[in-house]
Amino acid sequence: MKELKAESGDWAASNSRNSAHLKYWTVSWVLSTALAAFGPKFIWDFHTGLTVLGVVFMLAVGFGMIISTKGYVAGLDEMHRKIFLDAAAITLGVGLVCGTSYELLEDIMLIAYEPEISHLTLLMCGTFIAGMVMGHRKYQ
Amino acid sequence: MKNRLKVLRAERDWTQAQLAAELDVSRQTVNAIEKGKFDPSLPLAFKAARLFGMSIEDIFQDGEEV
Repeated sequence: MKELKAESGDWAASNSRNSAHLKYWTVSWVLSTALAAFGPKFIWDFHTGLTVLGVVFMLAVGFGMIISTKGYVAGLDEMHRKIFLDAAAITLGVGLVCGTSYELLEDIMLIAYEPEISHLTLLMCGTFIAGMVMGHRKYQ
Repeated sequence: MKNRLKVLRAERDWTQAQLAAELDVSRQTVNAIEKGKFDPSLPLAFKAARLFGMSIEDIFQDGEEV
């Protein structure tokens, strides 16, 4: 009879490595965003050079996170990749439709306050999480 | 799409985790394929066929009647 591999194959090892990379890049991006947001006021007193450097650093780490996400998705097995991409597609649609509508609400004077990008970020995070949960349930 | 993956695995006394490692996918994916909830790609179906020493048609059958 055919000799089987150990129970966790190459896929599991590479997935765990990719997850760790993605976690590292995501935490780094959150920290770099916090630095770019609060550094000017609390650390370097709005020094223009340092502020620009903070924004450039945040963008660079952000692109690192995007590349890491791409690697993570490429390393997933086909079912998990489908779940991820389905959730990402729903998130993109919700972000575009709701983001545009939300921005419009102020222009047409249906809301009195200025729309915040953080609200859209939260909506997209929630949508993505819901999409992932639904995807996992579907194939359980 | 119907398949005989669970039967073939049981005949060889393999666990889902062992089959998953052999096919280089997660155990959840093997489980979803066995239950007919997820249809594998052609490369994965070929891999399973090679592993069991059978043709794809012997393992996977089109569930739709023509």
